[in-house]
Amino acid sequence: MSTMTPTRRAPRRRGLKRSRHSRKPWFSMAAMGLFAFCGIFGALIAPHDPTQNDLAHSLAPPFWAEGGSTTYLLGTDQLGRDILSRLLSGAQVSFLVAVGAVLIAGAIGLGVALLAGYTGGRLDAFLTRVADSAMAFPVLLLAVIVVALYGKSITIVIVVLVLAVWPQYARVLRSEVIRIRNEDYVVMSKVMGGNARWAIVRHIVPNVVPTLLVLATLQIGFAIIAEGSLSFLGIGVPAPAASWGNMLADGRNFMQTAWWVPVFPGIALSITVLSANLLGDWLRQTLDPATRR
Amino acid sequence: MLDVKNLHTEYYQGGRVAHAARGVSIHVPQGQAVALVGESGSGKSTVAQSVMRMIRPPVGNLREGIVSVNGIDVRLCTDRQMRQVLRNEIGFIPQDPTTALDPLYTIRSQIKEVLPEEDKRNADQVITELLESLGIVNAADRLGDYPHEFSGGMKQRVAIAIALAKRPSVLIADEPTTALDVTTQVGILRLLDRLRRERNLATLFITHNIRVARLLCQHVVVMYGGIVVESGPIEQVMAAPSHPYTRALLDASVLGDRPRQKLRAIPGNPPSLFAMPQGCPFSPRCANATDQCHEGLPSEVATEQGTRYTCWNPVAS
Repeated sequence: MSTMTPTRRAPRRRGLKRSRHSRKPWFSMAAMGLFAFCGIFGALIAPHDPTQNDLAHSLAPPFWAEGGSTTYLLGTDQLGRDILSRLLSGAQVSFLVAVGAVLIAGAIGLGVALLAGYTGGRLDAFLTRVADSAMAFPVLLLAVIVVALYGKSITIVIVVLVLAVWPQYARVLRSEVIRIRNEDYVVMSKVMGGNARWAIVRHIVPNVVPTLLVLATLQIGFAIIAEGSLSFLGIGVPAPAASWGNMLADGRNFMQTAWWVPVFPGIALSITVLSANLLGDWLRQTLDPATRR
Repeated sequence: MLDVKNLHTEYYQGGRVAHAARGVSIHVPQGQAVALVGESGSGKSTVAQSVMRMIRPPVGNLREGIVSVNGIDVRLCTDRQMRQVLRNEIGFIPQDPTTALDPLYTIRSQIKEVLPEEDKRNADQVITELLESLGIVNAADRLGDYPHEFSGGMKQRVAIAIALAKRPSVLIADEPTTALDVTTQVGILRLLDRLRRERNLATLFITHNIRVARLLCQHVVVMYGGIVVESGPIEQVMAAPSHPYTRALLDASVLGDRPRQKLRAIPGNPPSLFAMPQGCPFSPRCANATDQCHEGLPSEVATEQGTRYTCWNPVAS
């Protein structure tokens, strides 16, 4: 049949395949893949218990340095805990916090955006003011208050991050919802007798998803950094649990004498955040022309 | 059958009221096409939107009149009843087909969405037949395509397919060819004409080009400033327009067999809906205007040719 069509159609290119604008960020994808893998299976592949002290081997250097051994591939910290195992365990914390905060904040932000953007009027004005006020509140102050009230835990870190991040989703997605709500195909769906729920579920939400995806990727970087900062300041993940932030905080005194203690969590943090942001940038460039044709 | 009687539609903006339709009456019997002609801002799209009750507070309101779709007054419908009317009785063809289709869904899925239940079981076959009857070749191969893989004219045919899939009795086309190029326009117009005949559709065709309307419609209703200035059988109205505005509209559009004829623009702009002149809305731009025109509107006058006009000083024909 297709040989009979007079014009040959171009091969289909849509969705993620439309990468005319930039090359695929293989490195970032691989790094994020590794991060996700360690985030999920970190505890299973860790060679040691990340909280197990071994004072006899404290501050052991990595295996390639003089005095290092393959027992502790990346060396040990001041309490003799295996740094590789702590990194893997920290990846789990970062992954949980990043994914948890981004998903929950994304869901809240999307909900608020749909409510405000679709309904419009006073409710929109009210919700936008709430989001603006929430954004104006400093994250660290918020964290200190919440930790002072409820103590330290991973859950609290996620709650703080959700409180800090949801307004950004709400604001960006609200304007997207307003734009799409006025698109002809949404108006058409009403002209054809569709109700509001149908318009939202069938047309608005799917068309908002690319924006949501891009935002989420960029927010993952922010969430990881924020968890690190909170843990570094001692108001994040409580010791002895490992987190890249508290590893950095513990290790900064050893910068001169045992560089491996702070440097490895630093590298892990930097590469993960950089990759998340590069991936977000690429997604933004790749998905934009497809949705704004 | 579409019957609009004495429709008054208002828009609200910042405490001000715009009277977008003032006492508009249009009758579209089954199997006939009526053209609703006028400039931008004349209220022609407002009438179409009123029929589909897309104008509702706080944006606007249908303040008065009867809008009857097959005997159902849409002004009296609940939201649920109105959705039934829209789903079963009215097909709407949009102005710009490129934005009227959701880019995320295949053609199949967008047409299937509006099919009546009994057609959904063998949806692919029904959709293919529908699309081929609308002039899309190899429709079966194209069901899985996305809107961006279609050309403008083809998208408009898909939009028409969506409008017709539910087998409506009333078809409303809001300038369905303005976004298309000229050769495609004629094809779509011929198609609409054929569909009207084959499916016995009551067609309301909204356009700013009275000569385009002639290809498709038996009757014409000319609107200006929210009122009907002239109406009647389209041949008679075009042959002997009574209202100066109708005359001006004809002089401002190209006639194929007289290509050298000089086009005459209408001086000035249509009045703002918020600052409608007293009396005849066309009086500030009308060459025939007298003091009487600035003071009040005359009642409708019927001519021997079967046309009706609202004017103190009709054009001598």
